[in-house]
Amino acid sequence: MAYSSALGGTRWRFPHLRDVLAKASPARSGDELAGLAAGSALERHAAQRVLADIPLGDFLTTDLVPYEEDEVTRLIHDRRDAAALAPVASLTVGEFRDWLLSDAAGRDGLAALAAGLTPEMVAGVSKIMRAQDLMAVAAKCENPVAFRNSLGLAGRLSTRLQPNHPTDDSRGIAASLLDGLLMGSGDAVLGVNPVTDSVEDYGRIVRLLDELRVRLDIPTQTCCLGHVTTAIRAIEGGAPVDLVFQSIAGSEKANRGFGVSLAVLREAQEAALSLKRGTVGDHAMYFETGQGAALSADAHHGVDQQTMETRAYAVARAFRPLLVNTVVGFIGPEYLYDGKQIIRAGLEDHFCGKLLGLPMGCDVCYTNHAEADQDDMDTLFAVLTLAGVTFVITVPGSDDVMLNYQSLSHHDALTVRRLTGRPPAPEFEDWARRVGLLDDRNVWRPAPMGAPLLEAVRSLAALEAPR
Amino acid sequence: MTGRDDDKTPSLVPAPGDIHPLRRFTDARVALGRTGTSLPTRAHLDFLYDHARARDAVWATPDLEALHRRLESGGMPSVRLRSAAADRAVYLRRPDLGRRLADEDAARLRALAGTNGAGGERPRVGIVVADGLSALAIDANAAPVVIGLGQALRDLRLELAPVALVEQGRVAVGDAVGEALGLALVIVLIGERPGLSAADSLGCYVTWAPRVGTPDSARNCISNIRLGGLAPEQAVARIADLVRSVWRARVSGVALTAAIGRRLA
Repeated sequence: MAYSSALGGTRWRFPHLRDVLAKASPARSGDELAGLAAGSALERHAAQRVLADIPLGDFLTTDLVPYEEDEVTRLIHDRRDAAALAPVASLTVGEFRDWLLSDAAGRDGLAALAAGLTPEMVAGVSKIMRAQDLMAVAAKCENPVAFRNSLGLAGRLSTRLQPNHPTDDSRGIAASLLDGLLMGSGDAVLGVNPVTDSVEDYGRIVRLLDELRVRLDIPTQTCCLGHVTTAIRAIEGGAPVDLVFQSIAGSEKANRGFGVSLAVLREAQEAALSLKRGTVGDHAMYFETGQGAALSADAHHGVDQQTMETRAYAVARAFRPLLVNTVVGFIGPEYLYDGKQIIRAGLEDHFCGKLLGLPMGCDVCYTNHAEADQDDMDTLFAVLTLAGVTFVITVPGSDDVMLNYQSLSHHDALTVRRLTGRPPAPEFEDWARRVGLLDDRNVWRPAPMGAPLLEAVRSLAALEAPR
Repeated sequence: MTGRDDDKTPSLVPAPGDIHPLRRFTDARVALGRTGTSLPTRAHLDFLYDHARARDAVWATPDLEALHRRLESGGMPSVRLRSAAADRAVYLRRPDLGRRLADEDAARLRALAGTNGAGGERPRVGIVVADGLSALAIDANAAPVVIGLGQALRDLRLELAPVALVEQGRVAVGDAVGEALGLALVIVLIGERPGLSAADSLGCYVTWAPRVGTPDSARNCISNIRLGGLAPEQAVARIADLVRSVWRARVSGVALTAAIGRRLA
């Protein structure tokens, strides 16, 4: 179905809903690369006006990616709870925005609505929302999940401790992990990106993480971010796997580029759940996503990158994940050119994930060929925290020495905790108090701290240094 | 979370020259200390220095004329080319253009097909040097690797085409060069995306039967070539081994791994 609008003396025509969505998107390099972006500010605005008048019902009858060709489209429609949409089913996109921002939309109502929404509706409404709107609505969403601790609770901020090492050296990973723990990071997960994708290295890394977790009695979960099929084989081999990780995207073809399908993800989830390692919950999956992933695999079906990203969240929610984060600035300037585009995309991704019911986190990050720096990350972290982000990723001194990009530092998390008064997950907070990292005035104590941590540092130092 | 003045925590700013025990185990920025909850000035300035170097590595232009002369004095002819990306700003936004040769340069290269630049027999192997995302990597590491590879390929009795030096090139520009010269195998040496710890890493991609449209899964990669990483001399040996395997299997990428697997099985 075609849409059109008269604006500024011009009649703007959009042949399909996907064209309205693409042209209505705030400017970003990836849509320009794909040839989908609006050609002028006025065309963008015309598309936004057209979009505001489109009934949400149109999204149920118009597929952006054909149902017959794509299992993600089939998942979106077949698993949708039509009754859950009832409170907003008769609204247009513009009226939906008003409803979301109104006092009529509270925490419980938004949580109940999630199962009725399609990702395309959510992406659509985000395109006519300012940064502050995206924050205001996301902050009302609470999507709690649990494994060995409870994440996604209102008023808290969690961190993934990412102790990567360029050669997966066990002592290097352990040193970086202890450094992060000493600054209170790691309640979302202790998660390593491996250099290789061998089952042996995967097993070694999860055993290392598990040993440190058990020895220090930390109420958190561990993860090696290898390929999902490697995780399945490691589980078969008896490795202590808490969370199973996979990168996912918003179309069947893009997921094929990652070497996965919905069936493989289902198999992985079953394997993870079979170990029954969660103590306070059984959310056992961890997904990463990012705008541009589908386009880079030539699997975007002519759909703009932010809408494709939101479709990835429909994949994620089918597997009850503990953690989902966008790697917002990681994919490169050909998709998000500068700090402005990265900040906007980070807020969009967080809002869309939260509205679809996910415990959404963010890797607040950039590469050295993007027009961005740590000031931009400070800004994104601050606004995401106000929006209630579930977790962020932290690395030593903002520098990931394995993946060669910059994320947030453990220092950054401490500073934002101090500025906003947000503690980590309750079980982890109790642990931090017990070992003396957090004092009774809620000050994160510097080393020297809890005896068990010091002992771990000493035993690590007692090992022969590799060089 | 409170900022009371009577909160007397000891200074956590490391003294100059202090090496924390954790730093023996990793090059990650561990044990930086803190002032309040923030980075001490020294660690903050060190970070800014490394970011400045990485930014300059991305935006700098490699001295390909110097590389050309140095290769020539090493007995290796080379030809300077440009990709279809006119400048760095275009290159960063348009990966598709960085994978193609500029039209006039593609034509110039086709005219060279079938020569080794020194009147020898039809060359089957080419080396491409592309700036990629780090000019620093090219200036620091390309010459010793290319000259070393020249010798190694002669030892393997492989005939080498003139070395292609490509400005604003991505990995896949090697396919365009391979197609224009009719190569059986191409070795692309390219400046890797600079990190804060290493802004001068060279990556190497080996592709059998390089033609425009070759998928990345059909390449084999050796990365982190730099002093302090995989040193140029070791890199030459590793690349030569890889070239020998690819030449024998007549295939590269994931298919090579599978072919080697079959032979071992």
